[in-house]
Amino acid sequence: MSLISTLARLEAVSTGRAQPAATVRHRRLSERPLVFVPLTTAGEAGAPLGALVGTDRDAPHLLVVPQPRDRDLRFTFLSELADVVLPYIDAHAEDVEAAERTDTDPETGKRVKVEVELCADAPQLIVPSRAGVEYVRLLGRSMRFRRTAEQDPEAPYPAPPRVPLLGRWLTHFGERARVPGSSLLLAMTDVLSRHWATGQSTLEDQHLGALLAWIAPPEGETGAEAAVRAELARDRDGQLLCPPAGPATDPAFDNKLLAPAIERYDRARTALAASEDGLEADDRLGGLTAAEREIRALVASRTRPTWDAVWRGLDLLRELPEAGRVEERWTRDRWSFTGHRDRVVAGEPPQPRRDDAVTAANKLAAREREQARLEAQEALDDPLVMAGRRLAGEAFAGEVTDVVMAYSEGKRPSPRPLVTVRTDDRPHLGERAKVFRSLGGKPQSAEFVGHEGDSSLVVLRVLDKMGRGKEPEEGSVPQKGDLVCFTLFEHEQRGGAKLPDPEQTPWTHGGPPGEQVSEPADAPTQEDVL
Amino acid sequence: MTTVFDPGAAAAQATDAILADTLHGTARGVVVDSPPGAGKSTLVVRAALELADAGRPLMIVAQTNAQVDDLVLRLAEKNPELPVGRLHSSDADPYDKALDDLPNVRKSAKAADLAGLAVVLSTAAKWGHVKVDEPWRHAIVDEAYQMRSDSLLAVAGLFERALFVGDPGQLDPFAIVGSEQWAGLSYDPSASAVTTLLAHNPDLPQHRLPVSWRLPASAAPLVSDAFYPYTPFRSGTDHGDRRLSFAVPSDGSGPDRVIDEAAEAGWGLLELPARHTPRTDPEAVRAVATVVRRLLDRGGAATSERSPDPAPLTADRIAVGTAHRDQAAAVRAALAELGVTDVTVDTANRLQGREYDVTVILHPLSGRPDATAFHLETGRLCVLASRHRHACIVVCRAGVSHLLDDYPSTEPVQLGTVVKFPDGWEANHSVLARLAEHRVAWRP
Repeated sequence: MSLISTLARLEAVSTGRAQPAATVRHRRLSERPLVFVPLTTAGEAGAPLGALVGTDRDAPHLLVVPQPRDRDLRFTFLSELADVVLPYIDAHAEDVEAAERTDTDPETGKRVKVEVELCADAPQLIVPSRAGVEYVRLLGRSMRFRRTAEQDPEAPYPAPPRVPLLGRWLTHFGERARVPGSSLLLAMTDVLSRHWATGQSTLEDQHLGALLAWIAPPEGETGAEAAVRAELARDRDGQLLCPPAGPATDPAFDNKLLAPAIERYDRARTALAASEDGLEADDRLGGLTAAEREIRALVASRTRPTWDAVWRGLDLLRELPEAGRVEERWTRDRWSFTGHRDRVVAGEPPQPRRDDAVTAANKLAAREREQARLEAQEALDDPLVMAGRRLAGEAFAGEVTDVVMAYSEGKRPSPRPLVTVRTDDRPHLGERAKVFRSLGGKPQSAEFVGHEGDSSLVVLRVLDKMGRGKEPEEGSVPQKGDLVCFTLFEHEQRGGAKLPDPEQTPWTHGGPPGEQVSEPADAPTQEDVL
Repeated sequence: MTTVFDPGAAAAQATDAILADTLHGTARGVVVDSPPGAGKSTLVVRAALELADAGRPLMIVAQTNAQVDDLVLRLAEKNPELPVGRLHSSDADPYDKALDDLPNVRKSAKAADLAGLAVVLSTAAKWGHVKVDEPWRHAIVDEAYQMRSDSLLAVAGLFERALFVGDPGQLDPFAIVGSEQWAGLSYDPSASAVTTLLAHNPDLPQHRLPVSWRLPASAAPLVSDAFYPYTPFRSGTDHGDRRLSFAVPSDGSGPDRVIDEAAEAGWGLLELPARHTPRTDPEAVRAVATVVRRLLDRGGAATSERSPDPAPLTADRIAVGTAHRDQAAAVRAALAELGVTDVTVDTANRLQGREYDVTVILHPLSGRPDATAFHLETGRLCVLASRHRHACIVVCRAGVSHLLDDYPSTEPVQLGTVVKFPDGWEANHSVLARLAEHRVAWRP
């Protein structure tokens, strides 16, 4: 944890309220995000219990699996989920604008510009917590290899038509969420704790209720008191007043309320199946409907508080103005969305279970670049984040006290002015260390020459962005009295090494992965066919 | 066993076997594990010269520019006639200026300019941008355990066969983003190049250099036991072959007493009172700086097998090692206040592969309230504890062994990954237990 976030947390403890960790919003919030609050069944990996999902904060869709271990009911749930999520995605896939992309021409092998479509906006999925992101991934994994009756008439348990497609999209969202700075799939707790520092540990920050309690405690209560209440307070029946944001549920809820309700549902179902005539069946169907309604009410009661909390979090975040470089990162999210749309349209197979060596290496390299870019951009966008970097000795700000013109040696001398900056910061400047400042959105580099007298006077030699002439261009060199901020980290990231194509995977990495075969659906296990 | 261990003969035997496999073997790769100071660079230079002699075009991949420049200088020293190419980046000052004095070393930012030279050297990062029609017959990959698997993937197409040399005990490569997604895959891009290589080619010949020429007889057993328990190595020198003495006697202070202890025993632990501190613990930083100041003030002289006359212990023969960069910066500032310049102060990552007479290290766990995976990493402690030829002085707050007991390693176990032994917890305990025998308690 950086020094400034430790200080902010201490301040949060002493004031009883979360402290701002950013002055602007560093993530894109769509005007119409799709909020998804899933619940899972205890002890059954990937067996959804229900969810609230939708784009209208006052009218969420409630989806429930009254018997989570029943495959058919699970498919019904997934199918209903697809009915909500896919139209939302499709709405974004249709609205496109023209864009250019550099591609390798397959015939000449040259890099050429091609006209392509870019979706004007991308869909955005918001889940309450990091575990929710994991769950989106799990659902995607469980669906994308399923076969529908149309794809494979022989499939023993064909999936409803749009379920495999939903799986591919959820997988894409889950994978994109691993890219630092992306906003396609956000966990509310992550975004909130990026923008506020609470007086509790980062682990405790993953409880949405407690986190919100610190950020906006009720009148007359401190964040700490409100957070403890959110975490622990129970009603007379022993149920949590603020249910966990899921997907896991509270064991007291499972044992005391859910299990008996599911048992009643099972009994009603067995009874219905055993009914001997139409009259009896009608009667028992009523019983089954009542039992199902009871489970629906239970699931709604556990998801609705979280649903409301997510929207409250969105309200809080929307009060912050969007940071300058968020748009650029969101454009990359749009590219990622458009790319996957095109792969789906082109009829490509679902994402493979495991990445091959080249894909894995490319993903890791891209994410490392994005991480470095995100850290630099957040600091450049936000003086409070930059203050943290200054405190860590990775940047410094101050006033220019002197500028001496100097020139490079060589046939055509170029300007290399010496700039002296007085700063109270204590940057870790090594010999000839490179530093950067933002000049009209572009990084200008300088090198550290030395200290003048005491360490508060830093002498720099400006190296570039001064034009081609002998004299630097107007405004390209800081003037005496200017306030400047230099960073020790680079503002833009270089591209990494070009990796071979997967078919060219070298012997050190197992050679080419071979022809891509379409992956079979998961074989049904005993648990699947209860 | 009654036979006397002859380090020179043992090392020569290992080297011969490595060269035989490299020059005449049939396998596409040869892996050499080398403990600290076991003559890895010497081996690389020798193998390079023999491959060049055999007329096989050779490329050498190292991890940093400093390592590449160092190898170029060593090659030119051994064979000034050899045509060598130094492929460098297009940044300003891409290589050591000393290379400009070597007539047979050609330098260029383009691989095509260096075609046809016997040996071409560069960093893995630069090689990753090179495209060739005809691959090199042979490659040597230096510091292969510090190279990431994805980095090897980018360059492996450039050569037919390769010799991989490295130290498995030093710091593993790392990624700045999570890579759990690929844990357990044989080609996990964040794993080390050797891990991936051996996972796909388990039959490659693997060799080990058995003798450390750097570490003194006092240090080799500790480092070998703690960090290489299953592949032990020996020191090339014996007790008494090296001596560290000081002209100025001790003034009785903690720093002087720990210096004397380290001069005598090879290890010294300067223990400050237990306390939770920020990373740049001012007292510990000042203690490190004071020890360095006294090392210089007391007129140290190092006698070793290299020469009969004692060599003065000057600032360039001393290094300070820390875990974090801000700690290194704080120590540098404290040293500057005491008027000490020219002493290398750096993090474990940057001290890898370097050698000094005396090192002073700030223990990675000193003053910490918790023991994270970063601070427990075996490689970090191993690098810090194996840079010295004579003595190593550790500055640490008391209570680290309690801290270790409070924080057993709890990293999640990933299916399919090779569990690395020893783990940081065990290695740290083992080192602390030995250091405790050389403890000097001091209240600054």
